[in-house]
Amino acid sequence: MRKPYAITMARREGRSSRRRLGLYMGSISLGVAAVVSINSFRANMTDAIHGESRALLGADLELRSLRPFPSTVQGVIDSIEAQGTPTSYVTTFASMALAKKTGKTRLVDVRAVTGGYPYYGSIETVPPGQWQTIQSSRLALVDPSVLVQLDVAVGDTLSIGTAAFVIHGVLSKVPGELAFFAALGGRVYIPGAYLGETGLLETGIRTVHRAFFAFENDETLDELMGQHETLLQDNQVRHDTATEREQDFVQALDLMARFLGLVGLIALLLGGIGVASAVHVFVKHRLPTIAVLRCIGAPQSTVFSIYLLQAGLLGTLGAAVGVALGVVVQLNLPRILQDFLPLDVPVSIEWITLLTGLLIGTWVALIFAVLPLLEVREVAPLRALRREFDDSQRTGVKRYWAHAAILATMISLSLWQAPNWTTGAAFAAALAVTTALLWLIAWVAMRITRRLFPRRAPYAVRQGIANLYRPHNQTVAVTLAVGFGVFLITTLYVSQRNLLSQVELDSSPDRPTLLLFDIQRDQKDSVEQIVSSLGFPLLGTTAVVPARISRVRGRPVAQMLNDTINPPPNRWPLTREYRNTYRDSLAGSEKVVAGEWWSRGEAGRRPETAVPLISIEEDLARQLVVSIGDHVTWDVQGILIDTEIANIRQVDWARFEANFFVVFEPGVLDEAPQTFVITTRVADAVARAELQRDLVLAFPNVAAIDLTSVQETVEAVLDSVAFAIRFMAFFSIASGMIVLVGALATSRYHRIRESVLLRTIGARKGLIRRILITEYTSLGVLAGLTGVALGSVAGWAAITYMFRLQFDAPQSSLLVLWLAVVLVTAVIGLLNSRDVLGKTPLAVIREMSD
Amino acid sequence: MMIIAAGLEQTYSSLGRALRVLDDINLTVEPQGFVAVVGPSGSGKTTLLGLLAGLDQPTAGSVELDGHHLGLLTEDERARIRAEKVGFVFQNFQLIPTLTALENVLVPVELRRVLTRRSVGNEEQRARDLLARVGLADRTHHYPAQLSAGEQQRVALARAFANEPKVLFADEPTGNLDSETGRTVIDLLVQLNSEERTTLVLVTHDNELAGRARRVVRLSGGKIVSDQITRPG
Repeated sequence: MRKPYAITMARREGRSSRRRLGLYMGSISLGVAAVVSINSFRANMTDAIHGESRALLGADLELRSLRPFPSTVQGVIDSIEAQGTPTSYVTTFASMALAKKTGKTRLVDVRAVTGGYPYYGSIETVPPGQWQTIQSSRLALVDPSVLVQLDVAVGDTLSIGTAAFVIHGVLSKVPGELAFFAALGGRVYIPGAYLGETGLLETGIRTVHRAFFAFENDETLDELMGQHETLLQDNQVRHDTATEREQDFVQALDLMARFLGLVGLIALLLGGIGVASAVHVFVKHRLPTIAVLRCIGAPQSTVFSIYLLQAGLLGTLGAAVGVALGVVVQLNLPRILQDFLPLDVPVSIEWITLLTGLLIGTWVALIFAVLPLLEVREVAPLRALRREFDDSQRTGVKRYWAHAAILATMISLSLWQAPNWTTGAAFAAALAVTTALLWLIAWVAMRITRRLFPRRAPYAVRQGIANLYRPHNQTVAVTLAVGFGVFLITTLYVSQRNLLSQVELDSSPDRPTLLLFDIQRDQKDSVEQIVSSLGFPLLGTTAVVPARISRVRGRPVAQMLNDTINPPPNRWPLTREYRNTYRDSLAGSEKVVAGEWWSRGEAGRRPETAVPLISIEEDLARQLVVSIGDHVTWDVQGILIDTEIANIRQVDWARFEANFFVVFEPGVLDEAPQTFVITTRVADAVARAELQRDLVLAFPNVAAIDLTSVQETVEAVLDSVAFAIRFMAFFSIASGMIVLVGALATSRYHRIRESVLLRTIGARKGLIRRILITEYTSLGVLAGLTGVALGSVAGWAAITYMFRLQFDAPQSSLLVLWLAVVLVTAVIGLLNSRDVLGKTPLAVIREMSD
Repeated sequence: MMIIAAGLEQTYSSLGRALRVLDDINLTVEPQGFVAVVGPSGSGKTTLLGLLAGLDQPTAGSVELDGHHLGLLTEDERARIRAEKVGFVFQNFQLIPTLTALENVLVPVELRRVLTRRSVGNEEQRARDLLARVGLADRTHHYPAQLSAGEQQRVALARAFANEPKVLFADEPTGNLDSETGRTVIDLLVQLNSEERTTLVLVTHDNELAGRARRVVRLSGGKIVSDQITRPG
């Protein structure tokens, strides 16, 4: 059996095209690598979470309450324990810790543990095995950052409230918690037996009470939950099972991996553009051969098959290289993303994902290769006789189908990779719009250049600029390739810069740097006095009144939660504990968007019988589905207060101030149980530390948040996020560079011919170089400006609509980025044309006539 | 094989202006005839050759090639006739640069086998024989770039005769060769033509080459201005 003719010819023809199409392979490989690595990693991660779901919770069931468990619930817990089910309590609260040796303080996250928690997985420490030993005496295990900030070591003593603990070791891994905490958090584990000695629970600080259980079998758990679900809900006790926790993690991490996957997808699609330009150049070189084949009688379909087979084969090869590269990246992803992972992710080869990557890569390569390959079908046999024969009659319908197939591929891949259909559709639409805009701008720029042509400019400049719109120009190709890469970089950069600038502390003197909270009513005056006596300004004293929602528009919350026909859009705002305040004026970070603020005069002076007014934050209003005039009934420490919504506020949460969801008009909550938040500004870090120490010594329950360190934490988190995104974006940018080289190669053939002609009639190399510099610089200016502009718009849209923050364009950085793009484009362009200058005209003429 | 052209007219439009390249050409080429088409640059020689070979469609008139009316066929059907019955020799050789000499000669043979499902026996042996007949038995595995111009045109000759064509169209076959090499190529062309009993239509400037033909058709301004039988067939 003989091989089909097209295969024989493709094999023979392909011998020399392998090198030429290497570029084509490279651009598809990077995209495939990005997609394969992130998707393999996603599969590994899901497996890991699934395998260790119990360790994520440390137990089979967790009960959680913001108050000590009510007696009914405690009764249930006791009965479970009495049946022999291992039970543990973990009490968590924020408190100041004072290092006796250095006198330094910081806010820590105290966790007092009794019982055998965790039942699954283990809390790892340095030195190892310390977890089991701390239970029996006044010992503590802390995060490394606590040691650093308090300037102490293992063996030193830590005061929390009125109790003291010896630091016995450092936490290295807590299952189910992100690795962020080790570097930034302030976790301090103490034995539950000594919790009472701190004396903090009586001061009314915000405490989370948790109970953990390890059941013999799942049936017991299911039966128990079925039995007590309502009781727990009525008492606002939340519960989490290992399965629920697993689902939460899988969902969150899947979302993250899919978003990163979308960034990787851009690399794959850019790779497609690279394929298209490489194949375009390849076909141009093959036109004489194709004409001869047609001349001696090869049918269109045979010739087309010869080249489609070559493209397919190289596409598969490129995709295979990409898969291999993807596996290498996958091996390193757990390290890059480790800060976001709640557990160790063992790496294993995901064959299905690799195969999918191979298929998708081959498909994208083929579909993008078909468009330029259609030209093969259009080559007239007459071209063999007449080199200059114009055979550019287009088979319009086939092109239309090729474009449609590319579009369909783009949309399907977006939907496949995106976390949900909406995001996928939005992503595909954004890609399409960006591509269309880049194309449109390139087209308009060509028009404008032709119209406003600088006729009096020097010869080289005129030639270079005319190259932008002459036949065989590369304006559209370069604008698309460079523009897309720059667009991506700009969007990421602008968004990151804006997010960071939101958390930058304002240096103006009325902005706080220190937030003191959990101040009891009887401590308020003394704390204020300490702050003022040290010469620091009192920027504000705000009351905080804990409360829960009891009824919304007359409907009891419990009834709303159990409504299966019209379930509330979100349970969280109905069940959470609010920390409300009351005041007569708006804070600097607030703006009324509907209704009216109560004026100073009428506040508290309205008739006793009038329903008290409240102001509600706009997002909360949306989630509770309430508007102005609606009534909300609050449970303030057991006392029900009916209120009416007077206005809706917008709150700039990014401002580090004491911000509130709900503000009451003055006069209603004055006598309710409350704590106070005092803000002050202490610019000097040493003075800030001293003030905190004095306060801790005088009032152990008063907690202080040093906003400077909060800012550092937020910056570190954003940096890690940005790094992960940038890592995936790197693939796109690398693909973009390859596409740029490919796009420039598209027109290289014509450039060489023109330059040779110019040199033949006597132009010097310097002149040719100046022409090329003018052309590539102009292309860089256009493509860079377009990319930066579109990227800024995308960044603005993300900041304004997604993050709901104030947008500020980092103009000077964008200018630098733009100039860098111009430089890179010009340099790559010149490097790409160096043989135009290096060879003698005769050598090139000979080469071209072959 | 008989070629009959009747009332051929070819008009190209360029920048909105019509340019008549061929005007009312009537020409009949007898089987195994040897016709040279001569004339100054731009007289329409190559255009006529392209139309006779079915590489292009005339604006008016018709071409009949071995009983097939080319105007009634699709491009792929015309291609099939070319693959089965026609050989070509070009001025600039037009060898496929990525194939060896032997593979270049094999292209039309294999193509015909695929299209007609008919084998001419041992294809590779025939290709080797042809290369030997043009004096390139030791160059079979060389690429075009490794061959001289004369050698390349001799490979092209071997390729043109590879599928036993009934008619051979040659477009300035010596145009890119020096006179010495050109003469060798002409000798080979004439020799192969008579051995293979092929009809030969030749476009040329070269008076020496035209002198070897049995009939000379002279074109000027797209019209036949003379048609002489120079030696009896």
